[in-house]
Amino acid sequence: MIELQAVGKAFGTTQAVDEVSLTIERGEFVVLIGPSGSGKSTLLKMINRLVEHDRGKILFKGEEIRSFRPEDIRRRMGYAIQSTGLFPHWSVARNIATVPELLGWPAARIAARVDELLALLGLDPQAYRGRYPHQLSGGQQQRVGVARALAADPEALLMDEPFGALDPITRQTLQGELARIHRASGKTIVLVTHDIDEALRLATRIVLLDHGRIVQAGTPAQLLAQPANDFVSDFIGRSDLGLKLLGLQTVAERVRAGEPAEGAAIAATMSLREALSLFVERHVERLPVADAQGRVVGALHFADLLARPP
Amino acid sequence: MAALALTQGGPGAAWFHNRVLAALLVAALCAALGLAFLSVAPNRLVSGTGLGLRELLSPAHALLGLPFAGLVVAIFVRPSRAVHATVVVSAALLLAGLVWLAGAEAARHSGALPTLTRVSLGGGFWAVALLLWLMAADALQRLGLSLAQRTLAHVAVLLPLFLLLGAGALDQLSLLKEYANRDDVFRAAGLRHVQIVAATLLPSLLIGVPLGVAASRSERLATTLFAALNVIQTVPSIALFALLIAPLSGLAAALPGWGIRGIGLLPAVIALTLYALLPIVHGTASGLRQVPVAAVAAATGMGMTARQVFWRVEVPLALPVLLSGLRVTTVQVIGLAVVAALIGAGGFGALVFQGLASSALDLVMLGVLPVVALAIVVDAGLALATAALEGPQP
Repeated sequence: MIELQAVGKAFGTTQAVDEVSLTIERGEFVVLIGPSGSGKSTLLKMINRLVEHDRGKILFKGEEIRSFRPEDIRRRMGYAIQSTGLFPHWSVARNIATVPELLGWPAARIAARVDELLALLGLDPQAYRGRYPHQLSGGQQQRVGVARALAADPEALLMDEPFGALDPITRQTLQGELARIHRASGKTIVLVTHDIDEALRLATRIVLLDHGRIVQAGTPAQLLAQPANDFVSDFIGRSDLGLKLLGLQTVAERVRAGEPAEGAAIAATMSLREALSLFVERHVERLPVADAQGRVVGALHFADLLARPP
Repeated sequence: MAALALTQGGPGAAWFHNRVLAALLVAALCAALGLAFLSVAPNRLVSGTGLGLRELLSPAHALLGLPFAGLVVAIFVRPSRAVHATVVVSAALLLAGLVWLAGAEAARHSGALPTLTRVSLGGGFWAVALLLWLMAADALQRLGLSLAQRTLAHVAVLLPLFLLLGAGALDQLSLLKEYANRDDVFRAAGLRHVQIVAATLLPSLLIGVPLGVAASRSERLATTLFAALNVIQTVPSIALFALLIAPLSGLAAALPGWGIRGIGLLPAVIALTLYALLPIVHGTASGLRQVPVAAVAAATGMGMTARQVFWRVEVPLALPVLLSGLRVTTVQVIGLAVVAALIGAGGFGALVFQGLASSALDLVMLGVLPVVALAIVVDAGLALATAALEGPQP
């Protein structure tokens, strides 16, 4: 879907992005992460030509992005940013309708789409359609920001630290919503963040950048289990590396079917990290596991947490 | 005791509720008792003898005590909407009553036959009228009305004065006699004044708004531009008018057929435009600068063209600040246009300078009052327009 070939960008004498090659397939959720000044945000902005690359090639569906008008390519990719950038003088509905309006959709189709998106993001269309951004909480504003980015059903979604300014609880909720939208829609998403937990939670592939270069790219499990060098381990956080690994897997992957255990059952969808916490809290070595219907299906053994990921 | 409570304040003086009203009322009483309310002269050229309000009031005017009592009581009553409304109505009635009294006294002194006697409004009248207006304005503020409602209420407070004026109750006042003598001159001056203001605002906007847009995009340009405009602003207006006479006269001599003259409307409009540029450019530039960066970034990132970003996002978000710049400019130009009469541009200033030259204070007032009224009306109108545009924002 998006292909970067030896892309480079310099601001004056600083090389912001240096020889980056990356292919993003349809349906991937790629998270660009790195310390500040690593070039992650510049890299994202080069994809929709907010920043023009000065070396290499960027292809969108096989065509060099310079062959499109910048406005056209931007309208085909949703865009959401940290401070939401909602237009304060427009209602929620009009904000969401921005790109469909630019594309000249008929009014009825726009209105239907706005309601559909508000519902998708958990905002009651009746109540929120006519409100103005300043009447919303930070979390609601960012929901509208995401809805606006999705409005014209874009082929790809670019997000620049979309949840950076939110409190931890709201951020987690919205991360959950975004993961759900990704699973349901199969959209290609490229997201920039500096929060490693957000990356581990959302990404199908993490691209770790430093000084404008890719240090390591791979699935969250690959980065945790086989860090390419000390920089990667340091960035992920050495002290709780094991916990993060457990956080990527669910109880269902380690359950021993049919075995009995004492106490209240835990959900099969719970992460192993949370399960570990329960082992310690309850002073037990086995926990009963229940499926979505609440039927006990087996037991999780404390010792099995140590097994290598499959 | 009242004076003691005034200085003490605080919860100890719980029976003493409205200190602003008390201060204004005390000041109004001092002005009414200490300054001449009317001045009577045998003709318009000699200075008159003052008449205090005490000498004018008789038991026949006892009705005026009613609104006065309303104001006094309002100082000591726990504030509520009803009390504030009472203050507004009382101040308006008292103001109308005093204006009527002045008109009636003028008529009594002038007699039934045409006469040279001139009855002018004295310092006491103007001070009391202003203080009553402030009392009404303060009470309207406390009523917590919307801007539109407050504007309407101000009009309502002034309505009795216009009714008295229309009914001819004030015709024997010197001010109105000056008007009657110069009816057509006054109208022509008014038209000319509005022409000067309009002819100034149009080029100011046409030049100033693009300059403001450019200044908001380039810090370097902004620095130079504002330095230059600030220098212009420091040149006294009379000096600037004078400075323009020589080059324009030269131009007139060089291009005889073009109707250019060193004095009159053209130099006035050029000078006023130069003054008006600073607030217009400033309002435009700071209006555009306070547009949230994120909104512009998001608009661009979603695929608006530069023109769409400008017209759909930047202009609407900058408009309230631009309009308040326009408001300041318009009021400033209305005032400055008075001075333009010095170089033969006409307008209300012509009446003012004619009055000054013949020491006829009422003629000066005849030029000044409509300028003040015009400024207030335009200011209120533009304030309403700005508020309507800001609508949904906090």
